Amino acid sequence: MDMRKPSEWKVSAMNQSDGLSNRSKKTRTIKVDYLARVEGEGALHLEIEKGEVKDVKLKIFEPPRFFEAFLRGRSFREAPDVTARICGICPVAYQMSSCHAMESAAAVRLPTPLRELRRLLYCGEWIESHALHIFMLHAPDFLGYPSAIEMAKEHRDKVEMGLRLKKIGNDIGILLGGREIHPVNVKLGGFYKVPNARDFTQLRTDLLWGIDAAEKTVEWVSQFSFPDFDQDYEFVSLRHPEEYPMCEGRIYSNRGLDIEVREYEEWFEEEHVAHTNALHSVIRGRGPYFVGPMARFNHNFDQLTERSRQAARNAGLDGRCANPFKSIIVRSLELLYSFEEALRVIDSYSPPSVPAVEVNSGGHTGYGCTEAPRGLLYHRYEVNEDGAITQAKIVPPTSQNQKIIERDLARLIPQFIEQSDEQLQWKCEQAIRNYDPCISCATHFLKVKRIER
Amino acid sequence: MSETGQSKPKLAVWKFASCDGCQLSLLDCEDEFLAVSEVIEIAHFSEATRRSVPGPYDLSLVEGSITTPADAERIQRVRAESRYLVTIGACATSGGIQALRNSRDVGEMASVVYASPEYLDVLETSTPIASHVSVDFELRGCPVNKHQLLEVILAFLHRRKPNIATHSVCLECKARDSVCVMTAKGIPCLGPVTQAGCGAICPAYNRGCYGCFGPMESPNCAALSAQWKAMGVSDVDIVRAYRSFNGYAEAFRVESERHESI
Repeated sequence: MDMRKPSEWKVSAMNQSDGLSNRSKKTRTIKVDYLARVEGEGALHLEIEKGEVKDVKLKIFEPPRFFEAFLRGRSFREAPDVTARICGICPVAYQMSSCHAMESAAAVRLPTPLRELRRLLYCGEWIESHALHIFMLHAPDFLGYPSAIEMAKEHRDKVEMGLRLKKIGNDIGILLGGREIHPVNVKLGGFYKVPNARDFTQLRTDLLWGIDAAEKTVEWVSQFSFPDFDQDYEFVSLRHPEEYPMCEGRIYSNRGLDIEVREYEEWFEEEHVAHTNALHSVIRGRGPYFVGPMARFNHNFDQLTERSRQAARNAGLDGRCANPFKSIIVRSLELLYSFEEALRVIDSYSPPSVPAVEVNSGGHTGYGCTEAPRGLLYHRYEVNEDGAITQAKIVPPTSQNQKIIERDLARLIPQFIEQSDEQLQWKCEQAIRNYDPCISCATHFLKVKRIER
Repeated sequence: MSETGQSKPKLAVWKFASCDGCQLSLLDCEDEFLAVSEVIEIAHFSEATRRSVPGPYDLSLVEGSITTPADAERIQRVRAESRYLVTIGACATSGGIQALRNSRDVGEMASVVYASPEYLDVLETSTPIASHVSVDFELRGCPVNKHQLLEVILAFLHRRKPNIATHSVCLECKARDSVCVMTAKGIPCLGPVTQAGCGAICPAYNRGCYGCFGPMESPNCAALSAQWKAMGVSDVDIVRAYRSFNGYAEAFRVESERHESI
């Protein structure tokens, strides 16, 4: 039985022992059957002929789960709880995008204290997700370990610091959401229950520690060795005139895009590409684009705190970063910002008069777009007069980045073409992990070949 | 104690159709993770490590449901390589939220949502792991409770029965002194028929339980539904309540079908 064997890491290279002559004359095929340290199931296929990249495929074989299909008929109020289950890594992002979509349909805007609490919850998710990726998934690539477990043998203080940072993010999720994965406390219009100011006492102490630790994290990762790989990207993120974007703002790109969330589908489309089970997003008539922390950072540097901006400058990033290998620095800067922002929210907190405002169904279309840890997450829903969802469209960040990831690989391989297959493969994996891909998210709308009975 | 004669028992973590949240729960054990990794060999865990050690494994944790022909075969191999196989989470134990397709015409869903038929084989249903292979223990939850997860891992590695309660969420409300949201606030709650394990979070946050841990050991769903109806909940909403993350678990499935036919 020749099934994919997740228990094996398979590297197959034709005429592997031929050394250089092989690399220049024959076909090298590098296959990674099961990408590790990403969320979800993906594979990589590379073909190199005569020293040139002939084929790069990032394959996604995560099974489809039909979210957009079975959301039809569900109550519009269920969207946050149901869509959270698309991703256990960033459930808050799904909850926020779906809430904002339903609230936009009902023309409801949240009062400031509730809006601030949502921001605090999102800070918790950014902290948890970024700390996980920086310390557990990405740093081992730079330091040459297969995982954080081996890394901990020589860098135990760093792994412990990462776990503690991550835990504080989860603590915010527990305090505000009831639990860290699939929070129960989020509802349309706000929350089921809101905290008292005194509930934040312990958190405040932890956040103060976290700010210092996150600053040290920026310093630490900025000393890693990075390949010279600046690229000319079209970055897409939210931009907000008064804050670093999380839940609100206009969709903005460095090549002139500046649109309302509701205009998203007029500018972006999804292409179906044969080898993958997720769709590739492109800007109509322009091609692939880049979402995530680097896009946010490049567009919103002015909205970071002074301390985060200074940490960026110290790390050699004065408001601009176009090398995806340095995304680990940018993620660390957003980690620092999230700690500072969380502290700002709790220090200015006064409990809202009601835990949630009323959101009615209205037979309207709702659009929501928020910044998941790994980038822009777009939702659109049609809701009928009875409050049942009749249509849903969800575009997660990883499907938007998929095309850029493949392009990066095609451009990266020539730089490392002389390396052994094992080294080249690892470098390619690292290039994929630059995007913190969440494949579970990317594939809830897979194409179907046939249905077997 | 290891099957393979090594000093450290070998743990493997496998993913099928799921959101990754239950295996993330292992990485969410921030205070315990490094200690656990010192006494257990994490032999296969793709979300966390590139390193993968071939089987057999002393304990396999399986997340996700079976939704494709390839996965239906893969789970057989996982079973064959595992001394103990424990399923974690609603997808693995009941088919998960994606089992909502089981009560619908999948062909219709595909034709409406998926315009160009392409490269993937899917099964008509999303089914729990135990429908395909023998399972040594099922840990409930959407997601699982990480403390229960640690308890199950330690119990299997010490060859004892996991200490996991199968009573309802109601007892957890009593234990944490939460007022009953149904009787005191008139909020519909699935707690009386749902298995404990979460710690009765929702009632403590002024909302009714929505069934993340699936049916408790002896649920009286009909009685609970009658109470909901008396509170003014429509049949449509009763069907929705039972038909969510554990909608394909038998007690919830039967009850949702009963209200659909009314």
